[in-house]
Amino acid sequence: MSAVMGPPDAGGHFGTFGGRFVPEALMPACLELDAAFRDAWGDPDFVAEYHRTLREFGGRPTPVTYLGRLSERLGISVYAKREDLAHTGSHKINNVVGQALLTRRMGKTRVIAETGAGQHGVATATAAARLGLACTVYMGEVDTVRQALNVFRMELLGATVVPVTSGSRTLKDAVNEALREWVTCVADTHYCIGSVMGPHPFPWMVREFQSVIGVEAANQLREFGVTTPDFVVACVGGGSNAAGVFAGFADSSAQLIGVEAAGGSAVGLGMPGVLHGMRSLLLQDDHGQIEEAYSISAGLDYPGIGPEHAHLADLGRARYVAVGDDVVIEALQVLSQLEGIIPALETAHAVAWLLRAAGDEIPARSTVLLNLSGRGDKDVAQVRSILRGES
Amino acid sequence: MTSLDTRLRDLRTRRKALVPYFIGGLTEDWTTYVSASILAGADVIEVGVPFSDPMMDGPVIQAGALRALGNAATLESICHELSAASFEVPIVVMTYYNVLHHFGLERSAELLAQSGVAGVIVPDLAIEELTPWRDVATAADVSSVLMVAPSSPDERVRRIGELSQGFVYAAARMAVTGQAADVGDASRVVGAVRAACDTPAYVGIGITTAEHAREAATIGDGVIVGSALVQRILDGASAQELEGAISTFRRALDQASSEA
Repeated sequence: MSAVMGPPDAGGHFGTFGGRFVPEALMPACLELDAAFRDAWGDPDFVAEYHRTLREFGGRPTPVTYLGRLSERLGISVYAKREDLAHTGSHKINNVVGQALLTRRMGKTRVIAETGAGQHGVATATAAARLGLACTVYMGEVDTVRQALNVFRMELLGATVVPVTSGSRTLKDAVNEALREWVTCVADTHYCIGSVMGPHPFPWMVREFQSVIGVEAANQLREFGVTTPDFVVACVGGGSNAAGVFAGFADSSAQLIGVEAAGGSAVGLGMPGVLHGMRSLLLQDDHGQIEEAYSISAGLDYPGIGPEHAHLADLGRARYVAVGDDVVIEALQVLSQLEGIIPALETAHAVAWLLRAAGDEIPARSTVLLNLSGRGDKDVAQVRSILRGES
Repeated sequence: MTSLDTRLRDLRTRRKALVPYFIGGLTEDWTTYVSASILAGADVIEVGVPFSDPMMDGPVIQAGALRALGNAATLESICHELSAASFEVPIVVMTYYNVLHHFGLERSAELLAQSGVAGVIVPDLAIEELTPWRDVATAADVSSVLMVAPSSPDERVRRIGELSQGFVYAAARMAVTGQAADVGDASRVVGAVRAACDTPAYVGIGITTAEHAREAATIGDGVIVGSALVQRILDGASAQELEGAISTFRRALDQASSEA
């Protein structure tokens, strides 16, 4: 177990962040989930079933690929952990398989989820179908229009998609609506949250389910003769793929870099606050009202960050940087054309930082592990219209 | 004992408590609705300080909060108006934790106390995270009013009963604020509160009609009416029309007292 990224305290705190800030109606469910997760994660049979499901159904282990042409271009050695090759196209499957198995173990028959771009919604619908669970996904009305194909995917998988019309009608409002709905159905329904956020035990549990990324990658890098990379780089919205890959390297000498969208930079621009059940860093105005995040990628359009990231930033163990929309499309093109991998727009933020920092913040000849968190199929229509100057 | 504890225990000996909920800053003249409701027999006023992400509120109060935020309502502006109005009945503010957290806990408690606010309901602050706020609020004689839900096991109800000041907010159903067809689990929830503590138990969440209010008042010591009133104001009801609605609720509660 990692010393730096160990379990939170009994109340779910990572330093001064985390905790459980939910209505009393949901507290018994949070306590039940905490106990159920501790019990399951300590049960070799559950852990084996989780890994077996990821292997037989989820496409794990995902490979590590040496990105030779990009490395040559940048004067550094870049290895990519290929979460884009996991089932449903991103790391999201790791978390939903864990939570869906846990839902069944708790005797619940239904899952609800929030989604922004639709990746987590599709992943949840996928795991629910596999395990025979009913599934309802809350999605901001604005996002249901922007990502209409993902709405259809979820419906094909048997899920019900509920457009959320409150507030800004995007991801943060989908979380609010899922929490409100959970109050009414908590007896038979699990809220399958999509990132390392929300009330305890979610941030910890989701990180544990995602830590398979970092654990695998550390072993795979050794096969390339890399004992410890100099940098581990991942994009951060809520921060689940970053938490997962960081978990494999937190006790090493690797520098951990989280790349936020400039318009959703909770570490860069946020202040401590309480939202969606957690104390973390949040974008907010002078009166504590939550501000909307803006990003080219819907998956990074979140005004907060998981509480463990806020803590890692506080400790100085991880560093969080931001890149703007303007450089993301170019990064996506560079990776596509040099390596034959079209990354998700979220992932392209991490690539963009490499392009900017190589030879500068990343000294020449450094070894870098890039978490290639998702593939870009979902984004090609948007990228096409941007490149054609249509949006 | 806080001041609110004392006042509401005294009130309990006289009549059932009617607690209408208003959103601070919903309209420019929102305090006139409060005055009208006091004339019509409200015993305690719950004032919502709007938050951008009201996790415990349904569509009506969400819409009201959004409108109030559009009117630039803030904790400070609402406290300023409450201070100026100086209502004679106890005022209990309902807001989300980030509003207090951002303004500063001690600073919030002082501001609320100076504005004549007797208690605060923070629906996203369960007992696990309550202590820092409750300590500074109690020091300023601002009560922490806590919720009990139908899902709360007896052991939690006991701990909530020990910590809740003024009254216990007995949530009648597993739902966020809104309008409903009946009083739900009110009887069971109030029963659990009664078994746990001697603090007055007020029933809320879904109380929509005078008949609901009467039934809830036969069960608990008071009734909280929120969305049903906010909806009227959103629909353009005048303060005088609201006074009429509150009078109807008042009569229903007094009828419950006479039945008891």
